Amino acid sequence: MSTVAASTQFQSAEAPRTFKAAIVMGVFALVVFVAFGVFGKPDNVTFQWSKPDDVIHIPDFIVGSSLVGLAIGAILILIAAIVAVNASRRRRNPQWISLIFGFFAIIALLAWLAAGNAVPFAFILGNAIVLAVPIALGAMGGIMSERVGVVNIAIEGQLLTGAFLAAVVGSLTDSLLLGLVAAMVGAALLSMVLAAFAIKYLVDQIIVGVVLNVLVLGVTNFLYSQWLANDGERSNFPGTFDITPIPFLSDIPIIGPALFENRLTTYLAFIIIPVLWFFLFKTKLGLRARAVGEHPLAADTVGINVARTRFWWVTLGGVVAGLGGAALTIGSVGAFGRGMSGGQGFIALAVVILGRWHPFYAAAAALLFGFSIILRVWANQVSPGIPTDFITMVPYLVTLIAVVGFVGRVRAPAADGQPYIKG
Amino acid sequence: MKLELRGITKRFGTLVANDNINLVVKPGEIHSLLGENGAGKSTLMNVLYGLYAADGGEILLDDVVQNFKGPGDAMAAGIGMVHQHFMLIPVFTVAENVVLGNEPTSALGVLNLDEARKRVREISDRFGFDIDPDALVEDLPVGSQQRVEIIKALARNAKVLVLDEPTAVLTPQETDELMGIMRDLAKAGTSIVFITHKLREVQAVADRITVIRLGAVVGEAKPTDSAGSLATLMVGREVDLNVHKSKVSLGSSGLRVSGLTVVGDRHTKVVDDVSFDVRGGEILAIAGVQGNGQTELAEALVGLRTPSAGSIHLGELDITHSSVREVIDAGVGYIPEDRKKDGLVGDFTVAENFMLNKSYAPPFAKGISIDFANRDRLSDELISDFDVRTPGRETLAKQLSGGNQQKVVVARELSRDLSLLIASQPTRGVDVGSIEFIHEQIVATRDAGKPVVIISTELDEVTALADRIAVMYRGRIIGIVDGKESREKLGKMMAGVAV
Amino acid sequence: MTTTPKAVKADARWSIAAKEIVSGGAFRAFLSVLLGFVVGALFMVGSNEEFLKALSYFTARPTDALTAGWGAIADGYAALFRGSIYNYNADNLVAALRPITETLRFAAPLIAAGLGVALAFRVGLFNIGASGQILFGALAATAVSTRVELPWGIHLVVAAVTAIIASAAYGALVGFLKARTGAHEVIVTIMLNYIAAGLLTFAFRQESLLRETGGGGTPKSDAPAETAQLPLLLGDSYMLHAGIVLALVAVVIYWWLMERSTIGYRFRMVGHNADAARTAGINVELTFVAAMAVSGAFVGLAAINQALGARAGLTPDIDGSIGFDAITVALLGSSTAPGVLLAGLLFGAFKAGAPSMQVIGLSPEVTGVVQGFIVLFIAAPPLIRAIFRLPAPQKTTVVADWWARLTRKKAAK
Repeated sequence: MSTVAASTQFQSAEAPRTFKAAIVMGVFALVVFVAFGVFGKPDNVTFQWSKPDDVIHIPDFIVGSSLVGLAIGAILILIAAIVAVNASRRRRNPQWISLIFGFFAIIALLAWLAAGNAVPFAFILGNAIVLAVPIALGAMGGIMSERVGVVNIAIEGQLLTGAFLAAVVGSLTDSLLLGLVAAMVGAALLSMVLAAFAIKYLVDQIIVGVVLNVLVLGVTNFLYSQWLANDGERSNFPGTFDITPIPFLSDIPIIGPALFENRLTTYLAFIIIPVLWFFLFKTKLGLRARAVGEHPLAADTVGINVARTRFWWVTLGGVVAGLGGAALTIGSVGAFGRGMSGGQGFIALAVVILGRWHPFYAAAAALLFGFSIILRVWANQVSPGIPTDFITMVPYLVTLIAVVGFVGRVRAPAADGQPYIKG
Repeated sequence: MKLELRGITKRFGTLVANDNINLVVKPGEIHSLLGENGAGKSTLMNVLYGLYAADGGEILLDDVVQNFKGPGDAMAAGIGMVHQHFMLIPVFTVAENVVLGNEPTSALGVLNLDEARKRVREISDRFGFDIDPDALVEDLPVGSQQRVEIIKALARNAKVLVLDEPTAVLTPQETDELMGIMRDLAKAGTSIVFITHKLREVQAVADRITVIRLGAVVGEAKPTDSAGSLATLMVGREVDLNVHKSKVSLGSSGLRVSGLTVVGDRHTKVVDDVSFDVRGGEILAIAGVQGNGQTELAEALVGLRTPSAGSIHLGELDITHSSVREVIDAGVGYIPEDRKKDGLVGDFTVAENFMLNKSYAPPFAKGISIDFANRDRLSDELISDFDVRTPGRETLAKQLSGGNQQKVVVARELSRDLSLLIASQPTRGVDVGSIEFIHEQIVATRDAGKPVVIISTELDEVTALADRIAVMYRGRIIGIVDGKESREKLGKMMAGVAV
Repeated sequence: MTTTPKAVKADARWSIAAKEIVSGGAFRAFLSVLLGFVVGALFMVGSNEEFLKALSYFTARPTDALTAGWGAIADGYAALFRGSIYNYNADNLVAALRPITETLRFAAPLIAAGLGVALAFRVGLFNIGASGQILFGALAATAVSTRVELPWGIHLVVAAVTAIIASAAYGALVGFLKARTGAHEVIVTIMLNYIAAGLLTFAFRQESLLRETGGGGTPKSDAPAETAQLPLLLGDSYMLHAGIVLALVAVVIYWWLMERSTIGYRFRMVGHNADAARTAGINVELTFVAAMAVSGAFVGLAAINQALGARAGLTPDIDGSIGFDAITVALLGSSTAPGVLLAGLLFGAFKAGAPSMQVIGLSPEVTGVVQGFIVLFIAAPPLIRAIFRLPAPQKTTVVADWWARLTRKKAAK
């Protein structure tokens, strides 16, 4: 309830300082400094900023691997120190500090992995982005749902639905656009089930979400093995969207090819993320949606239809997540594979929290997971024998550390997961 | 604007919350709707506001029949409401809260927050409120939050303003200020419906009074009528507001609190250097406006909050840093202020609720298994001794009425061998019959020579029960006075005036 | 005090009792299972080629389509029956009875893990981490079963206890993080699932750790030593091992713990209303940790089943889908001991029936469809009530009173 007792009413006591974030960052910084720097590999590493056929060619940057470890380790220690100073002065640390920290940590990891080898930067960034797209779109769907107070565990099911329908409809109709539409509609229908159960029948939202995942997995597995596996030529051979470079923009050094030589699904993600941000925080509809997610009764008393608001935001969230599913098939590899979402919907769920229910931060968190996937693949090639299982685990560990509050307390929409019972 | 309700009826299942209610509010008048807890006042106003659909009757504004499908319709027709629990979104700014649902926008639905700020400032200036449109609501004191609610209604051009129990969270001073605002608004032509169960406030500000009881209008009254006659009308019978108790015979050992300080969730000293003694056989009432640290004090006494300084002694026993379990084992009975949240498990049966804080020891447990035979026998005894109206011990607690739920809590706590009883708002939201029963039980505990601490925001309850009264204000005890102290003096103390 | 029972006549009480049962959870679960099978049948028909062919000339000869459709359903469920209960086509009795033993074998880990998830449910916690807890327990069990040499019997016990402790600890970690930081257990368990999978894969890939002796690059462990294997129950003709015995014992322990003991009472209290529990002197944080540890211990039995019931080397997908199936088992069984037992047996039968469905050309994944729809119906009581026009939940307690009298001999008058 909003009847918050006034803080000004009482004698204030000293707020305790919290050094959790500084400690976590300090540990990571030391690991980088010691493992990648002091005990790092002396071999040179070549940072290839450009691909050979780029219009504007930036020369490769060759440097000792351990030197990078030392330098970046020092930078990270400095950042951790800044965070510690802020904490001791009881100042809030801005969110972007963690983003910068994460960026440098990834560079250090790249340099360590590729000692004696080259880092194809554009290749890694480009792949990380493509891999991040389904996760990011799933997370946007999750944000849309949770911002109005409906927890959406069914993102996994929505990605799978989208992936399946995009491939099958795209293949049968020979039209990728129709496949895309089918993916969005299918996932939206799934969202409607979630919304109806959660809003009308007041069923526990987490349970409905889990159940929908089980259901979609069961149905797509069956249809895949009974039908697609035997009839793949006709029903599971959609092809993919063409890679369309955007003139001029794709010529920007380093980031140009990674950002502006992509498929339609990736471009749609680039559009959806800022548009969602704009709608949530700058428009009337966004204000109302957030009001419903924070205090539905209050929203109701000013004439906002809580059930309808929730229903449509959750449904539209499904449309976006379905698009993410399509990105898995016709936006990437083409054919549908059994259970091919492989837990990315659950990662999206984590990304929603890691990104604090904010489209931009969530997109950054999704990119972190994109990096982890491509780094594992790439690391296996450049330096076999590296325990890549640990690289796989890093983003999960980071998420875990974030949700248990070591990097600052995250605050979910107040009514997240709570049914609104009227009258 | 003239408001008229004709034959409004509202049922919840078999319960008739409003039964054929008629009410006329003239333009520019302050019309008070008086009734005790559960009489159906809030239901009636929620019907008026379009939150509930009525099962019968009609609403007229300026003699035109209205058909509200939701609060939006009611607001559009000129009805504004300040709810008992504020309908504000804590993480939004004042301006965002005020325009929510009625947002000024430029093209494409983009919010125009400058316009929103302007609206807030206009109204704020007109009535002399001091409200910053860009402040986050959660950072504002309760009194200011209420003003935001009023601004919110006025920004929508409310011609009829409904105030639902608006003084529950205010100090007497803030209450006076609110009444001034109400008079100003009425003078400016706004009709005001003032819902309350506090006789004094009705007499102070109302032009006319309608009394409702058990969902039906039982009569009209004038503010000049005596408090006694208003009370009789409200409750339906002669009310003896006095509790009969024998003279104090003080025992020796009791509760000794000294220098107790508790730091709250928002890093403020919600209990600030509090000291008092309660001896066996006396009732100390802790009075004060809600939100002045009483809840936290009670929670610190029973071990739910850790004090940052000071000490609590029960007889010779130091329980300052004891766990809740140790405090319970030391014989402290506790009736929490929110029984549904803290006092009961709604999805447990009545019998299971009786063993809530003694589940680990005989007679309820044998080793680590539950002693069902003993539990069932004791449950049936408690149900009959404490007059709990329930189909049986296997009935779920949530299916009982508020009064009977509270009796389950009281029975559980008083059936133990107590060394101290702490009762926080023991009769909140309870019908008059149960109030009398619970008061009797509390006095009986005192007469048995136990120390008793009552925490109540209701002055009537405080003066009826207390042998001594401690008044809390902003986390401090402003003074401890005799139980027969005058209301005027208590009221001043509650506003922070040390006497 | 008002009492209903004595005043009401016996026959009225029968009808009240009937109404209570019809509106109750068990009956709804039964209907949900029934409906699930119906939907599964529709999927079988819809994917049957003969039926689809006959459908193209439906108006001309509708009987063809109907016969084909009915045939598809009958064949499908008959295959499921043959594969999971009794194979009436088998040459001898030993082979004919094999399906039911397979059902029990597959049901064992589902029941154990289902109990773990169910226990967490009762404490108000959503343990999605059964998968991670199985992996972590299996990792510990495999370390003991492949890298330690102990005499027969002792080896098994040590490996099993190690697995239970490991799974319980992994579960307790979730409770600890929730209690200390307020982090939501759903996210925490999902993350810990991936972390457990990473750790297990890492260990199975490193030669110095648990990689198969002489194995290659793919992560795989040795088979558990014979001294550490769960013994076969019915001789060499059947693969059924002692895992089912553990599961059944777990069911009894779970029932006593949750319904009869003060520990279970406190778990339930925290689950229903943590604030009231705190006020009643319960250490809620500690209860979260303890409950997740016990939940993890039950899941640990599934880990034992997977790691020590195997006769070959283990791979990182050792938990199969048990972790998630356990959630559906707990949901279908409404977190009660008998419910979880029955639900586990049902889903075990689905797994056991897969090969024989494959034989007749029906994808065994159809059981996944049935399973999905069952839990969908279970999750939405109002939906089932609307479909079958069932009465709303009753406030009377006639059945509960009878049950109390039946189970508590010494209950006083």
